[in-house]
Amino acid sequence: MNPRRKQRLFAVSAVLLLLGGAVGGIMYAMSENVDLFYTPSQLVNGLGDEKTKPVVGQRLRIGGMVVKGSVKRDEHSLKVSFDLVDTGPVVTVHYEGILPDLFREGQGIVAQGTLQDATTVNATEVLAKHDENYMPPDLKDAMKDIKHVAPATQGGSN
Amino acid sequence: MITEAGYLALVLALALSFALTLFPFYGSLKRQMEPVLLARPLAVLMFIATAFSFYALSYAFYTNDFSVMYVANNSNSLLPWYYRLTAVWGSHEGSMLMWLLMLSAWTALVALLARSLPLILQGRILGVMGLVCIGFYAFVLLMSNPFERSLPFYPVDGRDLNPLLQDFGMIIHPPLLYMGYVGYAVPFAFAIAALLSGRFDANWARWARPWALAAWMFLTLGIMLGSWWAYNELGWGGWWFWDPVENASFMPWLVGTALLHTLSVTEKRGTFKSWTVLLAISAFALSLLGAFLVRSGVLVSVHSFASDPARGLYLLAFLLVVVGGSLTLYALKMQSVRSQARYQLFSREVLLWGNNIFLLTATLVVFLGTIYPLVHKELGLGSISIGEPFFNSIFHILAIPFALLLGLGPWVRWKQQPVTPLVKPFAFIAVVTAVISLGWVSLYQSFTANLALLGLLLGVWVMTSSVAEIGQKLRSFGGAVGLKKLTLSHWGMVFGHLGFAVLVIGVAMTKTFSVEKDVRMKIGDTVKLNEYSFVLSDVYALKGPNYLGQAAELEVYDEGIKITHLHAEKRFYPVSRATMTEAAVDASLTRDLYVALGEELPGPSWALRVYVKPYVRWIWLGGVLMALGALLALFDRRYRQRSIAE
Repeated sequence: MNPRRKQRLFAVSAVLLLLGGAVGGIMYAMSENVDLFYTPSQLVNGLGDEKTKPVVGQRLRIGGMVVKGSVKRDEHSLKVSFDLVDTGPVVTVHYEGILPDLFREGQGIVAQGTLQDATTVNATEVLAKHDENYMPPDLKDAMKDIKHVAPATQGGSN
Repeated sequence: MITEAGYLALVLALALSFALTLFPFYGSLKRQMEPVLLARPLAVLMFIATAFSFYALSYAFYTNDFSVMYVANNSNSLLPWYYRLTAVWGSHEGSMLMWLLMLSAWTALVALLARSLPLILQGRILGVMGLVCIGFYAFVLLMSNPFERSLPFYPVDGRDLNPLLQDFGMIIHPPLLYMGYVGYAVPFAFAIAALLSGRFDANWARWARPWALAAWMFLTLGIMLGSWWAYNELGWGGWWFWDPVENASFMPWLVGTALLHTLSVTEKRGTFKSWTVLLAISAFALSLLGAFLVRSGVLVSVHSFASDPARGLYLLAFLLVVVGGSLTLYALKMQSVRSQARYQLFSREVLLWGNNIFLLTATLVVFLGTIYPLVHKELGLGSISIGEPFFNSIFHILAIPFALLLGLGPWVRWKQQPVTPLVKPFAFIAVVTAVISLGWVSLYQSFTANLALLGLLLGVWVMTSSVAEIGQKLRSFGGAVGLKKLTLSHWGMVFGHLGFAVLVIGVAMTKTFSVEKDVRMKIGDTVKLNEYSFVLSDVYALKGPNYLGQAAELEVYDEGIKITHLHAEKRFYPVSRATMTEAAVDASLTRDLYVALGEELPGPSWALRVYVKPYVRWIWLGGVLMALGALLALFDRRYRQRSIAE
């Protein structure tokens, strides 16, 4: 092999090695940081055909309607808890911090957090879009078969 | 009436874009000059028609013509006149019209400024611009018509502009961003035109480079303004969220940065040709991908517009046609292009390969992180989101070799660089870097290996190397007289690199030393963050032209001495029934004090978000420096030479 070819081979293999490493690293890092999205009924009953349920301590996102009358605030701090519902079971979310401007009872929200037990999520972040009629697309998809149910009458806990 | 005229002007512009495509291509095919000569006036006419159309929509907004549906949905008679005008690009249809305005402006600019280019090449470039125009004008006319009326039953008043957009940053953020996005159509057109003619020489790169620089400058400023706006308006105190739409603008930026660097290789060394062409195509394709992601409704984001699957499908098809067409052309034509230049392993060429590898890896990371959740969902595997740690951890790793190479790059010669002459200056740079960054970090913490130290080391490394490189250049020119000899594009490079260094330091310091607290406060309460005490002195009701709300007054003390007064607002816009947070920010070069007012709680007490963010200004300052670098390089004399041999 002449020196020029050798050099070129070296350069090309270095590039390939780097790229391969990069792609591997990216895929690994991504698998570590994927948060699955659940609705309350998916979280309780399981997701998809295999009915996989999240395990305690798992990072996840949950999206649902805030049940009317379920918002409980701590008197002295910013701790708050509320229930989320879509079509069936209710999941309780605990959060400490400022709720988004459009957090309202009866509104669709998405919370990011970890699963504390089968029906409780500790949220690190609560999201609601800056639009009163907004429903998160993920939630909209999950609820599109039950459009005839008005959000206000769901949950039925009050 | 003027509304209808505006619509007709758009139809006329579409017709002109067809003509702009047909005439020059026909002329270049038949080797006739007359049809090619038509391209320039056609491009200018198209711009005039589009500008008139834009004026017509602005006029409808200014005069509160709520019979126009788009106006009724995005404006209100109570809205101040300047927000009525900026509401023009407040939503999908109008922002697409602005997109067209930018696209036709770039086309007209090419027509006016590229007169020194060979006529056939000029015609082909404008022809490709015309093709791109057809795609976008048809899109607006077919499925995003901003002039649609709701006659005979139209509302008495409008639904108001999204309060998030009632802000100074929002007035200029979209225009700058679109200038950048659309600007990449020009390097793309240059690349396609060159592919058609099969000729790539130094001239080609020299002609294309200012356009790539200009688009990059606008995109940089647009992204930075968006970040600054999010910081002020969203009330979270964040400056970058890895939001899919931010990512959509970041990808063309990364590829555009790579393009700037390879264009310099193509210009000066006549090599990297096919790679440069590929980057020019990719930058534009990623701009289109951004348009698709934002406007199809596939994304969950503060930015995403009302969803319409038909629009998404159209944009996706357009993207596929552009990418498919240009890659086919590339495959057909590029075989014949050979680079002659030879270079050794330690040379500027190879270091610029390094630059490209890291920039493209970064693009790949952003791309996968943005697209993967979409693909996952479309495959029916359920909805997922990719967390910020994914992007952050990879970018921290990529930044290290990237910044190290960046410090080295400008010192290394083309073709071949012997190692020995660099040992002494780099020993010096390394020592200076270590001393400055360790001293700097000791102002804030003990010597622990963390992000702050890493950021300072990398940032100071790049700064020292850039400054020392200028010093060395001046010495070789014989002192201060050398200042005149340094080209503007060299200064552009230096400012671009310094901007990157400033940005890296800002990011690292903010990430490491920010203190954030959500607190519940009564009037008279104090909360302490680092050395700063925030005292809530008053909260009172507020009444603006089109909003109501509450305002909080806070006094900030540093070790008992009052340093500033903060005024944070929470606004409620009755017409759109939206609530908005106007954060109070006390900015300085080394730290921001930031307070956002949350909801009122029983007591009465208030939820408040209080931040101390060291060096957060450096992030935007870095962006501004980078854009300034591009501006300097744009004015380099060699891009304005009139006579260029055919």
